[in-house]
Amino acid sequence: MIEFNTQIEQYKHWSLEIDGVIATLKLGVNEDAAIQTGYKLKLNSYDLGVDIELHDAVQRLRFEHPEVRTVILTSSKEKVFCAGANINMLGISSHAHKVNFCKFTNETRNSIEDATSFSGQTYISAINGTAAGGGYELALATDYIMLIDDSSSAISLPEVPLLAVLPGTGGLTRVVDKRKVRRDHADYFCTLAEGIRGKRAVKWKLIDELVPRSKFTEKVKERALEFAKKSARPENEKGILLTPINRKIEEDRITYDNVSIEFKRQTRIVNLTVHAPKGDLPTTTESILEAGANYWPLAMARELDDAIMHLSFNELELGTWVLRTSGDADQVFAIDQTLVQNQDYWLVREIILNLKRVFKRLDLVSRSLVALIEPGSCFTGTLLELVLAADRSYMLDGSFEDSDDDPAMLRPTEMNFGALPMCNDLTRIQTRFIDDIENVENIRNEIANNLDAAVANELGLVTFIPDDIDWEEEVRIAVEERTSFSPDALTGMEASLRFAGPETIETKIFGRLTAWQNWIFQRPNAVGEEGALNLYGTGKQSNYDKKRV
Amino acid sequence: MSINYNEKIPNNVDLSSDRRLQRALEGWQPEYLKWWGGLGPEKSNDLNVYLRTAISVEKDGWAHFDYVRMPDYRWGIFLTPSDSDRTIDFGIHKGQPAWQEVPGEYRSELRRLIVTQGDTEPASVEQQRQLGRTCPSLYDLRNLFQINVEEGRHLWSMVYLLQAYFGRDGREEAEEMLERHSGDPDKPRILEAFNEETPDWLSYFMFTYFTDRDGKFQLASLAESGFDPLARSCRFMLTEEAHHMFVGETGIGRVVQRSCDLMNEHKIRSSAAEDGVRKYGGIDLQTIQKYLNFHFSVSVDLFGQELSTNAATYYNTGIKGRFNESKINDDHLLHDSTYSVLELKGNQILNVDVPALNAVNERLRDDYIFDCDLGVRRWNKIIADSGIDFQLKLPHRAFHRGIGQFSEIQSDPQGNIITQLEWERLHHEWLPTQEDKEYIQSLMQPVTEPGKIAGWIVPPKSKINRLPFEFEFVKFN
Ligand SMILES: [Fe+2]
Ligand SMILES: [Fe+2]
Repeated sequence: MIEFNTQIEQYKHWSLEIDGVIATLKLGVNEDAAIQTGYKLKLNSYDLGVDIELHDAVQRLRFEHPEVRTVILTSSKEKVFCAGANINMLGISSHAHKVNFCKFTNETRNSIEDATSFSGQTYISAINGTAAGGGYELALATDYIMLIDDSSSAISLPEVPLLAVLPGTGGLTRVVDKRKVRRDHADYFCTLAEGIRGKRAVKWKLIDELVPRSKFTEKVKERALEFAKKSARPENEKGILLTPINRKIEEDRITYDNVSIEFKRQTRIVNLTVHAPKGDLPTTTESILEAGANYWPLAMARELDDAIMHLSFNELELGTWVLRTSGDADQVFAIDQTLVQNQDYWLVREIILNLKRVFKRLDLVSRSLVALIEPGSCFTGTLLELVLAADRSYMLDGSFEDSDDDPAMLRPTEMNFGALPMCNDLTRIQTRFIDDIENVENIRNEIANNLDAAVANELGLVTFIPDDIDWEEEVRIAVEERTSFSPDALTGMEASLRFAGPETIETKIFGRLTAWQNWIFQRPNAVGEEGALNLYGTGKQSNYDKKRV
Repeated sequence: MSINYNEKIPNNVDLSSDRRLQRALEGWQPEYLKWWGGLGPEKSNDLNVYLRTAISVEKDGWAHFDYVRMPDYRWGIFLTPSDSDRTIDFGIHKGQPAWQEVPGEYRSELRRLIVTQGDTEPASVEQQRQLGRTCPSLYDLRNLFQINVEEGRHLWSMVYLLQAYFGRDGREEAEEMLERHSGDPDKPRILEAFNEETPDWLSYFMFTYFTDRDGKFQLASLAESGFDPLARSCRFMLTEEAHHMFVGETGIGRVVQRSCDLMNEHKIRSSAAEDGVRKYGGIDLQTIQKYLNFHFSVSVDLFGQELSTNAATYYNTGIKGRFNESKINDDHLLHDSTYSVLELKGNQILNVDVPALNAVNERLRDDYIFDCDLGVRRWNKIIADSGIDFQLKLPHRAFHRGIGQFSEIQSDPQGNIITQLEWERLHHEWLPTQEDKEYIQSLMQPVTEPGKIAGWIVPPKSKINRLPFEFEFVKFN
């Protein structure tokens, strides 16, 4: 089982140094501490285990270190910054693992950019040695790239010429879309195994600054302080501790404090329920800070995030996730009100940004998502996003027979209108009604109102509203039928339908790049016996199928 | 709603405690009655008909006889009682417990099969709605109505499955079942044979013998289904279907008998139309043969393509079996076995071995043809016993086909491939002509006096509930 939870004391590959407003994340990969057996992590190459630590560090810097305004990414090794994803690891990994690995590393790099853009924590790279492939892509995720000018350190994207695959963590997209490198320059650069160094790298905008070896450390710090000055991070605030989440894994269930999951392995269905907060809720910034990692929207989101990652990596055959909520909708509503009222407070901002990232991760899962809205549920505001993220939703019209429960209701809040955008930069409601701004306004006018099934249906928030007589059968048949379709076709279909609207760097990475990469990962030119990934390091020449497809 | 469901709708599906079903039926039943009033048997609302009603599945319950005003007929919902340990007998789920719910993955296939079967039931009522005007006797009129109400009940059975197991989609399909009509240019019935009208009683007997028999074989293979409620519904329907075919077989037999009697009485040697029994108001054997040719060939079409991937899928997934599946001695998987079918090779029809899974339709057609032939032999015995030298014959399966490979060629009734020109020249010898039809139509004069019968048919030998032919089976108020 792959474990996504870690803490700084357990890091094997990264070190985190904090010096006032500057944090330095140093990559020093322990060759022998790979997450699986069968390869060594030479030359600061990484596997999933290395990236799980990076992901953890990025999260902790946001929550535990409000004082940190600039994060320097660098290497603790001589002459090598990072050699990218470990090739031998890719060679022996299953297709599913490769795809999952790429997605996770992409999400981590997106969260680095998100911190830079929205948290006032700017990431910069201090490339103190060779940055090849995923190594350079890691730097591309930061907002400022400094390369040591030692006449040997180069940046490169050698995947195409050396490995017959693509740079898998957004490199191609970011070179042209983020750094605005001219496409012909980019084309040349991406076919050059040895990469580019020196002045041309600056001229072509592949890096921002070339720094002589003797001045490197000093200059990096100088730049870091400049970025720190522009930050809106708070002063004199203490962070909160991201305490380990409380999770119990059993054969057919996983239980967290606020999320519970049951599996039906035979039918390949996951029943995932998010529970509303109970008891008194903090309403002031002081009490939120005091609640820290136990504050419901943070605790729930961390648990949900863990559940998504765990199920994505460790439960490949559980192909349909049925999403439910349970508990007091008023409590969820109160949470949303507190979040909106205090959104300028640094911790609340981080909590909202974290919710945004978790829902984005949910949008991207290669699983069918079905939301069931039943009496006793609390699809309000933030949790309404679960319905909007689902491929389909069923809302019970009325109550179940012989039950005193009030009928199920949906309740929009301000949170549904901008705080939690998808990777296309639109809200889920905007994406859902891509050509119907009027309806988006109609829904906005219902903020704080309870919407019963008929109204929710009228507003287009749900797919079907069976009454109690039809409910069980309709839902069972829909879910069973879904599980009978080809998992591949479903993944492709869902991924194509979920993201209406404009392209962004993220949609390009998860749409174009990922799709192409996944295709290439299936092709003999990369993974066949004579393919490049298999022959890498053997000295043998790959024998490509010459046909263009 | 305070309907006493068990009183109004006899059933063994626990209707009184099934709210979902009750609600679905509450919406559907008035529509059904409207349909029956509009497209059921013409001018039958005031008749009192001596009908059999199934009121339970027990031995003494399935045949309860009494006079009934037809709109008040109690259409019931009956399934053969469940065998709780039933397992699936064939296909990839062989040996697994039969499904008590619709498996989501086979939902659309099952729904399509049930809708296709269900659609034929009201269709035949629509096709036969005018026959009441021209009945040859009260006995026959009563049988017509008996079959009509039972086809209505078969529709109920299929609608029950749709409403009980297929959610909203099922309800919509149930509604559409009443919106399609036989011969309607915009919303016809699904299968072509059910859009032909049944204009006369000879056609009617042929229909109940040949086309209802298709129903028997479809029901029998659905009775093997892994979806248990479907299997049980079909098993109960088969008990009624047997009576429909009986009406067909004895009906044709009585027409044949009358024809033979007239030949003997008037010393007629020829079985042909021109110089035969028509002079004396009978139906000549050659015309009977033509009607047989027609009805057999359109019914054979109902089995579909010779090689069918749909049928293979239905079989492989345990949705629809073969006729008498459990009595067949093989692996019930058919992954490696072959089956011999007739195939068109150039200008010849040859036996070819094909994968058995793809030939499931053709095998069912073979079983059907074998079954059809049994009745033909009994009619020939009537002819032989009358000392007449003539034999009725089933035409070759390549004859007059609208579906499958043989639809691309013309064949004579013996299965010899002929040219289109030859067909144009000769088909009037094999299929009813306009003149034949007009003659048959001219015989269709109603006889509604108890104990009396039309001149082209003899009275039946069998009795209904031990009552004589003279019994007043239908009372006109
Ligand atoms: Fe029937
Ligand atoms: Fe019938």
